[in-house]
Amino acid sequence: MRKVTFPHMGHSYIAFKMLMEDMGNEVILPPRPSKKTLDLGVKYAPEFACLPYKILLGTYLETAAKGMDTIVTSGGSGPCRAGHYAHLHQAILRSLGHNVDLVCFESPKKHPIDFYRKIQKLNSARLSIRSVIKAIKRGWHKLKALDHMERLSHKIRPRELKKGTTSKVYRQTQAWLDEARTHEQIAEAEAAGVKAFQDIPQDPNRSVLKVGLVGEIYVLLEPASNLEIEETLGHMGVEVERSMFLTGWTRDNLGKGTEELASAIEAAQPYLPELIGGHGRDTVGHTVLYSKRNFDGVIQIAPFTCIPEIVARTILTKVSKIHNIPVLTFFLDEQTGKAGMVTRLEAFVDLLRRRKQYQALEQAAPT
Amino acid sequence: MKAYLGVDVGSVSTNIVVIDDDGEVLVNLYLRTNGRPIETIKNGLKETAAQLDSQVEIAGAGTTGSGRYLAGVMIGADVIKNEITAHAVAASTMVPGVQTVLEIGGQDSKIIILRNGIVTDFAMNTVCAAGTGSFLDQQAARLNIPISDFGALALKSKNTVRIAGRCTVFAESDMIHKQQMGHPLPDIINGLCEALVRNYLNNVGKGKELLEPIVFQGGVAANVGIKAAFERELGKPVIIPKYFNVMGAVGAAQLAKEETLKTGKTKFKGFAITDLPHQTSSFQCDGCSNACEVVEIYEQGKVIGRWGNRCPRWDIVDN
Repeated sequence: MRKVTFPHMGHSYIAFKMLMEDMGNEVILPPRPSKKTLDLGVKYAPEFACLPYKILLGTYLETAAKGMDTIVTSGGSGPCRAGHYAHLHQAILRSLGHNVDLVCFESPKKHPIDFYRKIQKLNSARLSIRSVIKAIKRGWHKLKALDHMERLSHKIRPRELKKGTTSKVYRQTQAWLDEARTHEQIAEAEAAGVKAFQDIPQDPNRSVLKVGLVGEIYVLLEPASNLEIEETLGHMGVEVERSMFLTGWTRDNLGKGTEELASAIEAAQPYLPELIGGHGRDTVGHTVLYSKRNFDGVIQIAPFTCIPEIVARTILTKVSKIHNIPVLTFFLDEQTGKAGMVTRLEAFVDLLRRRKQYQALEQAAPT
Repeated sequence: MKAYLGVDVGSVSTNIVVIDDDGEVLVNLYLRTNGRPIETIKNGLKETAAQLDSQVEIAGAGTTGSGRYLAGVMIGADVIKNEITAHAVAASTMVPGVQTVLEIGGQDSKIIILRNGIVTDFAMNTVCAAGTGSFLDQQAARLNIPISDFGALALKSKNTVRIAGRCTVFAESDMIHKQQMGHPLPDIINGLCEALVRNYLNNVGKGKELLEPIVFQGGVAANVGIKAAFERELGKPVIIPKYFNVMGAVGAAQLAKEETLKTGKTKFKGFAITDLPHQTSSFQCDGCSNACEVVEIYEQGKVIGRWGNRCPRWDIVDN
């Protein structure tokens, strides 16, 4: 039996695990990226590679030690070096004596036959095409439910009466969804999750700030790689809206595409009319959109040395000025100390709060 | 008389100020932290108590700096604020109408942009410490010149010597190279001041609109060579406030005043805490794969603070 693993990217592993198991593979679950993961990645990765590269390499080495023999991942679209990372990962793993197979999915729109072949490669249970499609649909359903839970946690955390309740409920809902295997069970777990979130005691009078989160996909989706920025902000009384979810990204790249991305591309047009790789254009576009929706601020997070995000950051200075929205950027690297980030976040939240009070006063004052 | 205490525990210095109701500074201490924040805070508070008139009553206390949580639980602070907000508050009260604050401390440097008294933008150095005080300290020690004379020497320079300022390690080799070639010391030191300013403006000040009045504060503002280099590079005058090296503490005291005016009471434990025994210890949490290194501080054998944890498991609930 194939022993597969895949990148640990937020909660998506819960859905991928089910899909891979349904197709007859044994899943070696990628552990939540930790110091050990990073140490392994840093040791064997090229020095200039970015944080997601190092974390993924660490993840693969950790799972290889548990007998993993197949990596399932995706390539990239556009000129970002992440597009060939998977092959480089495989080469490094092989040179270290782990003879692993790689199944790297590319866009099915551009490479339909390749996509079909790779699906078949993972179809260890020899399911019919119809059954494979059904399994994918179930996985998709679960992924959507998981994203729904995460969105709710972003909304409720800044309003919770007792610090930590939301995070606890969020973990519980993930466990429920992990157990659900059929469409009915997934729907049931999702409904129970919504109820659990609604039952969290909230403070309705709290003044909550709204901040949009933009940047590179991996550090956005994996809390372990961004020092749990969403949770930290939530505890500071900030409602976070993330510009990217895996369901959205998948639709943009594998399916019809989302309206969000279409309008982000349009919004970025005056500043960055081209795809520069990675998520640079989305970062610029989403920042414009957040300002139009009257968000209090935007935070950009990106791996250190990520070219598309560096380009976007430079453009954001102008976007911030023209659209009158404060922007804070974090470039993430190997540091695990959180103090520096907390200091900056606290200062940013202070800035947003004082600014909001000042604007309210100005509006109230007769001109 | 009512007064407010501000404590700024930084990497290099620990600063303590007491301000009165009108914002006048009554006590102003600049102490080296020397890697022993608890001891330094206690000694500083003892000295503060000795300098204060017995009529003065501390009606509020605030802490800031990288050791703000430690200092906060020790003294019983009403506000524990990040250094960016504290510096901005202090600058805007000391220099009304300030629009740009340049702040260079021991381990970090920051820029704060204000408009109409409100912070509108800020930046802090991230992955590089080339533009900070520790590096100047190190180079002064290497050249065997007291850091206090460093700036004055730079002003004696007659020629420009360009030093690479991107990275401290390369800056040092560049300096050694120039020194072995026979450049006079004042020129090299001046070159270093310029390199630091260039790196700061490129790195921290990148893309920001630096409008007057411009205030320069933090420990490095004592260095006249750096001030001169800033003025040359910006083409604008730079104001150094009277209490430039304790501005964080001044801001913390002012924020404590604001806070206690709202709450009507203070949590300050009093100067008696300087006689209490304090210990710290640390352990690695085994709750999850994060393996957080949690630090605890004890006062008279009782835990009063814990930090280093990523989740609320070890948070101390106020009672």
